[in-house]
Amino acid sequence: MSKANGDIRIGVYVCHCGTNISAVVDVKSLAAYGATLPNVVVSREYKYLCSDPGQDLIRQDIAERKLNRVVVASCSPHLHEQTFRNALATGGLNPFFLQMVNIREQDSWVTEDKQAATRKARDLVRAAARRVAWNESLERDRIPIHPAVMVVGGGIAGIHAALTLANSGKHVYLVEREPTIGGHMAQFDKTFPTLDCAACILTPKMSAVKSHKNITLWTYSEVTQVDGYVGNFKVKVRRWPRYIKEDLCSGCLECLKACVYKEAKFPDDFNVGLAKRKPIYISFPQAVPQVPVIDPETCIQFKSGKCKKTCIDACGERHAISLQMEEKTEEVEVGNIILATGSQPFDARRIPYYGYGVYPNVYTALEVERLVNASGPTGGEVVLRDGRTPKSVAIVHCVGSRDEGTNRWCSRVCCMYSLKLAHLIKEHTGADIFNFYIDIRTPGKGFEEFYQKLLNERVHFVRGRVAEVTDWALDPSEENKLVIRVEDTLAGIVRRIPVDMVVLSTGLEPQADAEQVRRLFNITCASGGFFLERHPKLAPVSTFTDGIFLAGCCQGPKDIPDTVAQAGAAAAEALALIDAGFVETEPNAAYVMEEVCSGCKTCVAMCPFSAIEFLQEERKARINQAKCKGCGTCVAACPSGSIYQHLFEDQQIFEEIEGILTNA
Amino acid sequence: MASTYGYFPGCSARGTGVAYEESLLTLFRLLNLSLDELKDWNCCGATSYMSIDEGSAFLLSARNLSRARQAGHRELVTPCSACYLVLRKTQDYAARYPEIAKSVGDSLVAANLPPLDSVTVRHPMEVLYNDVGLERIKSKVVRHWRGGRVACYYGCQLVRPFAEADRPHDPTRMDELLQAVGVPTIDYSLKTKCCGGSLTGTIHEVGVRLNYILLKEAARKGAEAIVTICPLCQYNLDAYQGEIRKHAGEPLDMPVFFFTQILGWALGGDARSLGLGRAISGRRSIEEWFSKHAEEVESYV
Amino acid sequence: MKRLKAFWLSTEMRRKMKFQREADPLWAQKIAERPGCEGLFSCLQCGTCSGTCPLSIYMDFAPRRIIALVREGFKEDALSCQTIWLCASCYSCAVHCPRQIHITDVMYSLKREAIQEKLYPRHFPIPVLAQEFYKMVRRKGRSSEFWLVLRMAFRTNPMQLLGMAGTGWQLMRTGRLRLRQDRIEKVKELQSELAGREVG
Repeated sequence: MSKANGDIRIGVYVCHCGTNISAVVDVKSLAAYGATLPNVVVSREYKYLCSDPGQDLIRQDIAERKLNRVVVASCSPHLHEQTFRNALATGGLNPFFLQMVNIREQDSWVTEDKQAATRKARDLVRAAARRVAWNESLERDRIPIHPAVMVVGGGIAGIHAALTLANSGKHVYLVEREPTIGGHMAQFDKTFPTLDCAACILTPKMSAVKSHKNITLWTYSEVTQVDGYVGNFKVKVRRWPRYIKEDLCSGCLECLKACVYKEAKFPDDFNVGLAKRKPIYISFPQAVPQVPVIDPETCIQFKSGKCKKTCIDACGERHAISLQMEEKTEEVEVGNIILATGSQPFDARRIPYYGYGVYPNVYTALEVERLVNASGPTGGEVVLRDGRTPKSVAIVHCVGSRDEGTNRWCSRVCCMYSLKLAHLIKEHTGADIFNFYIDIRTPGKGFEEFYQKLLNERVHFVRGRVAEVTDWALDPSEENKLVIRVEDTLAGIVRRIPVDMVVLSTGLEPQADAEQVRRLFNITCASGGFFLERHPKLAPVSTFTDGIFLAGCCQGPKDIPDTVAQAGAAAAEALALIDAGFVETEPNAAYVMEEVCSGCKTCVAMCPFSAIEFLQEERKARINQAKCKGCGTCVAACPSGSIYQHLFEDQQIFEEIEGILTNA
Repeated sequence: MASTYGYFPGCSARGTGVAYEESLLTLFRLLNLSLDELKDWNCCGATSYMSIDEGSAFLLSARNLSRARQAGHRELVTPCSACYLVLRKTQDYAARYPEIAKSVGDSLVAANLPPLDSVTVRHPMEVLYNDVGLERIKSKVVRHWRGGRVACYYGCQLVRPFAEADRPHDPTRMDELLQAVGVPTIDYSLKTKCCGGSLTGTIHEVGVRLNYILLKEAARKGAEAIVTICPLCQYNLDAYQGEIRKHAGEPLDMPVFFFTQILGWALGGDARSLGLGRAISGRRSIEEWFSKHAEEVESYV
Repeated sequence: MKRLKAFWLSTEMRRKMKFQREADPLWAQKIAERPGCEGLFSCLQCGTCSGTCPLSIYMDFAPRRIIALVREGFKEDALSCQTIWLCASCYSCAVHCPRQIHITDVMYSLKREAIQEKLYPRHFPIPVLAQEFYKMVRRKGRSSEFWLVLRMAFRTNPMQLLGMAGTGWQLMRTGRLRLRQDRIEKVKELQSELAGREVG
C-alpha cells in the first residue's frame, strides 16, 4: 500500500538528447507544459541530461528547491535509469523517487509527426508527474555471495575457468560427466593455425587442475538438482561408481592388462568407435584422474557374477578395485555456477546422400582426428578401413551447417579444421586432397595465412557444395572409389571426382540433453538450442539468471582461443560478484500481505522463477525477495488480492493510467 | 480384407504401360483388393501442363480429386508417378497458397463439383506396404523366384518432393516387398536417379544416355533385371536397349519389370494376365524365369 | 552485342558484358512472389542443385546460374535459354538445396513465362511437345502417347520419325501402341472450366 506523503515537490526535466528528441518533440513547450502540472515546482529542458552538468542541474535543484520527486523525460530506462537514480542518490534523495519517461525510443524515434510526438510526450509527462507523487522510498537488499564456485563441464572451457578461479584463491568444484576431464580438445591431434599438439598444451592444464588445492575434481559425475539463487546455490551432484577407489589407485593400469577379455570388444567412445575397449578401461593414457573405470553393462562380473576377477588380483595390495562401490550424492553450496558443457558433433547419418554409415570409407572429421593422432587407433597412420593408404581424399565442408534441413547456423570452426586436416592428411599420406566448400571462413589471427599455406601446398579447393557421394562408377577410373559429384561453381563446370576417402566436416550442435540441462539450471536456450547469453554483444558470458555464467561451445560454436577467452571472462564475472561480496536487488519484488492470504496456492505454481514457497504450518505463501524478478504474475493472479509489488503498487499504476487518459 | 480404392489409371495405362495396369489389377485381385476406376477421369497434365499454365494444371487434378470425392472415394490410387505427383502437388499447393486454393475452388464451384479436400492420393507400392503389409504378402506366396537378382528402381516423382510413399534419398519399400516374396535385390545407388522422362521422345540422345547409365550401373552391380514403379521409367529403360547395344557397345538385354508383375507372379498370377509378354528387352530371361508351368509367354500380335 | 569482324580471320568476337540497365529487379521480385518460388533471394550459390541435376551437364546455364540470373533480373537470358526446357522435373535440386528453395517450381515459372513472352527457342522439341500436350488435353481431356509424338515430330523434325520406326514396331508387336485417341465424356464441361481460367 502506498500513500502520497505530505508536501510533494516535483522537478521535471526534459532532455534534448542532442537532436534525437528535440528534432521531433517540441522540448521547450514540453518543459513549459511540465511547469503547469500540479505539484511541479521546477521544469527544465537541457541538451544532455545524462552528462555531468545535466545531473548537476538535478542535484542543485534538489538542494535549492527542496525537491522530493523527480521526473526525467529522456531515453529508455534500460539505458539511463541507473544514471539518474544515482544522481538522485548523490543529491541526497532516495533513488526510487525518480520516474523516467521514454520520449525517445517510444516517441521521437518512431514517428516523424512532430505534433503527434509532442502530444504523446505531454501525455507521458503528465502521467509520470501524477505517478511519481505516489513513489515510495525503497532500499535495495543485499544478498551475500558464497565464495565457492561450481564449474559444470571439464573441457578446455571448464578447465580454464576453474584454474582462473582457483588461482585467485576461490574454491572450485569441477564436475565432469565423463571419467576424465579434457573434453573434445583431448581428442584432437593438432590445433589450428599453429599446429600445436593439442595434448601437449592441454595436459599441463589438466594436471594443474588435479593438483590444485582449491579445486575439488569430481569426474564421472553429474549435477542432478540446483536450488537457490545467486550467491546461494545448493547443488546436488551424483557421483557414479567407478568401482575403483580414486584415492587408492596409482594409475599403473595393470588391471586393464589383466582383464579376462584378452581382446577389447566394446566400442570406445573416446576413439569415436574406431577402436575397442575392455569393460575396464581408461579413456586415454593421460586421463585425469588417472584412474580406470569399470563399465557394469559389459563387465562379466556384473552381468553374471562369475568372473575370475583377475583385475583385483593384478591390483594386489593396493586394493583399489571395489566392486561393491555405490553411487553417491554430494551436496554443496556455491555462490556462482559456470556452465561449460560444450557441444556435440552433428550426426552425419542425418544426411544420407553423403554416405556415412553406408560406404565404409566415409569418415567424420572427429574420426579422422583420431586416425591422424599418434596415440589413436591406428598409431597415426591415415588408412582406410581395409588398411590401404588413400591416394585421394575429399573433405566435404558444411555437413549439418548452413542447411535449412538440419542446422541453419555456420559452425565457425569447420573451415579451419578442414584446412588443418587437409594439411595433416597430406603430410601423412601424400594424397591428392580436395576441399569442397561454399565459402572459406578464416577470420581469426593467422587463419588467412594458414589458408594461403594450404593453397601453396597444392591442396585442391573446389567451390561447390557436394551434391552426392556415391559408388556409382561411370568410367573405369571410378571403379572401387567413392565419386563426388559437384558443380565447380568458379570454373563453371560439373565435375565427377573419384576419391578413396571422404571426410565429412560435421558442424557443431548443442548437446543432446541441452534442454534438460538448461531447465536444471533455470536458464534459457536460443532458437538453435545453444544456451542463451544475456546480450549477444555486451554480455556474452552471463545469462538472464543471475549467478549462472556460460563458457565455451555450450553458448555457440567457437574455437579454442575464443573458448578460453570466454572461460576467463566467465571466471572474471564470477570473481567480480564474489569480491564485491554481495549483490544488490532491484526492489521490485512482490510481497504477500499474510493476513489477507487465503492459502489457495494459486501463486505458487504460477511463478516462473519458483520464488514462492508455501509455508505449510501457517498456510500462507511467502515470496523469496532475492529470487523474485518482479514479473507481476502473482500480483495479478492472486484471487484474494493479497499480493502487492514494490515499485509497481496499484495506486501508482492507476495514477499513471489516469494521467494518460485525462486530457489537458 | 476386402477394400475398395478409387483408381486413377493415367493416360499411359492402356498404351505403353498396359502391362502395368494388367499386373496391377491381377495382383490386387489376388489380394482381394478392388480398384474402382474413376468415371470419366481426365489427363492429369503431367509436367507439360504445368509448363504452360499453372492454374489449368491444378484444375485438371482438382477435377479428378473432386470427382473421386463425389464418387464416395476416400482414397485414390494411381500407379503412375507423374499422376501421383501432380495430384499430391495440387492438394499441397491448394493447402499452402490461398490464391491457388481460391482459383481452384472457384472453378470447382462453377462446375458444380465438391471441394477437393479429404481424398488421399495413394500409390500401389505404398498401399501394399502400408495397408497389406509384408507379412500378409509373404503368407500368400505360392511360387519361388527363379530369376536373377534385381535392381529396384524408384525413379524421381514418387519419392520427391513428397516423402509419403517412401524416403527421398534411400527408399527401400519396393526392395522390402520383393524380398518378402523371395526376390534377391542389389544395392542400387542410382535407384532415384531420373530416367529423363519424356526426353527420350524429344532430345533422344540425352534421354537414351540417362537410361544407359541406369542400365549399365545395374549390370555392374550384378543385377539381371530392373524393377520399376512408373510406366514411363519402364518404357524408357525397356525400349532403347537395342540402340544402346549398338551405339555404346554394351551387351545389355535386361528385362524391366513392373513390381506388380513380380509380386503377382509370386502370388500365383499367370503370365498373360500379368502382361509378361509385353516386354521389349530381356525376352530370353523372361522366358527362362517364367516358363516352368507350361504357360508360354505369348506374343500379342 | 557488337561484332568485330577482322577480315583476315573468320572469328566473330562477342562482347559478353551486361549493363545494369539490362537488369529488371521488378521482374525478379515478381518471380520470387510466385507460389513455390519464395526463398529465391536466400540462394547461397552453393551449386548443390547443379551438382545433383542429371541434366545439368547438357544445359547452357546450370540451374545455379539460372537462379543467379533470375534474381539479378536478367529476364531475357533466363527465358530464352534451353536449360529450363531440359529440366525433367525430377526434384533432385529441390530436395538437396540447403536453403530449401523449390528450384523446380522456379523452372516451371520460367517455362510459363517464356511461352507467354514468346521467348522460348521455337523449334526446340520440348516446348513444342508441351504445347501439343496442352492442346490435346484441352480438346479431348486425355492424351495419347502416339499422337503426341507424331504431332511433335511433324512440328520439329519429321525425319526423326524414321528413326523411331523400330521402336514403334516393337511397341506394336507387344500390344503397347495404342492408336485410338480417347475422349472423356464431359469434354465440353472441361473445356469451359479451363476457359474460365486466366492463363497465369
